[in-house]
Amino acid sequence: MSTNNSVAEQVDNAPLFHMQKDPHNEPGTLLGFWIYLMSDCLIFAMLFATRAVLAPNYAGSPLPKEVFDIPLILVSTFCLLFSSITYGFSVLQMQQNKLNGTLIWLGVTWLLGAAFIGIELYEFNHLIHIGASPQSSASWSSFFALVGTHGLHVFFGLVWMVVLIIQTKKHGLTIANQRRLFCLSMFWHFLDLIWIAVFSLVYLAGVL
Amino acid sequence: MSSHDNTHQEVEGAPHASFREYMIGFGLSVILTLIPFWLVMGEVIDHRGLTIFIVVIFGIAQMLVHMVYFLHLNATSEDGWNIISLAFTVMLVAIAVAGSVWVMYNLDNNMMPSMQDVMNTLPLNSN
Repeated sequence: MSTNNSVAEQVDNAPLFHMQKDPHNEPGTLLGFWIYLMSDCLIFAMLFATRAVLAPNYAGSPLPKEVFDIPLILVSTFCLLFSSITYGFSVLQMQQNKLNGTLIWLGVTWLLGAAFIGIELYEFNHLIHIGASPQSSASWSSFFALVGTHGLHVFFGLVWMVVLIIQTKKHGLTIANQRRLFCLSMFWHFLDLIWIAVFSLVYLAGVL
Repeated sequence: MSSHDNTHQEVEGAPHASFREYMIGFGLSVILTLIPFWLVMGEVIDHRGLTIFIVVIFGIAQMLVHMVYFLHLNATSEDGWNIISLAFTVMLVAIAVAGSVWVMYNLDNNMMPSMQDVMNTLPLNSN
């Protein structure tokens, strides 16, 4: 008994070799999701590098200058930008624990994202129709790979949003649902960020 | 605990956004989007390289605006792990993109002459 006490005293007086506070927030999902986004960023970097290398290789297919519809790209850019801010409003409503407001702004975000995808599909269809198809040249292959990958991301973001709208409607703004909505908001803002690089480097620099 | 807020808990580590922050980010993004589109659509500057340079600068500026105001990134979020992973990613992206363009440009220069170049040197063009 006496030995036990002295051991306890020694332990109390011993210096601490571990941190008082765990440096990571439990369960760390948001940080993990951020690291996923960074790895996704590398995928896009590879596609941008491919585009930069292959862009001049037209092999007789139409030039971007002749076929890109820049006013249409401006419209789709604003669809995505508006959807970013409406998702922001949804997060603000969520922080005030307002279920209906959260869902309404998510719905608006979904419609704007769907408009973006609609415009992109129209554009792809038009390009393929006039001969600027993925198999026409290396340049257009790299274009469809890059812009198509971004479009696929937005599409899956829309699917994810539908799932979260249903889940939130069913179970309310629980901690788990809030975490999921935060992850999707990071994903959504990240896609808008990638789109900035796409419209600057592929479309605007492409028609110059 | 107040009675009207008895069920609401927030996700640990989640950034606290504000309406003001989102509106500043949105306003800046609109400006930073419209100027490059205007430069290209209106053909304002009669110099291709300079226009591309300005478009790229505006693009980078808007990406930073998105990171700060929409993704709520700062040096202390997640105890700095966000910014460290971002810095690492930016470095990898720079190496991959700049390296690819550089290597492939040199490869292009050192390749055998294209058929067009060969045709141009043939005497039948001068006749």
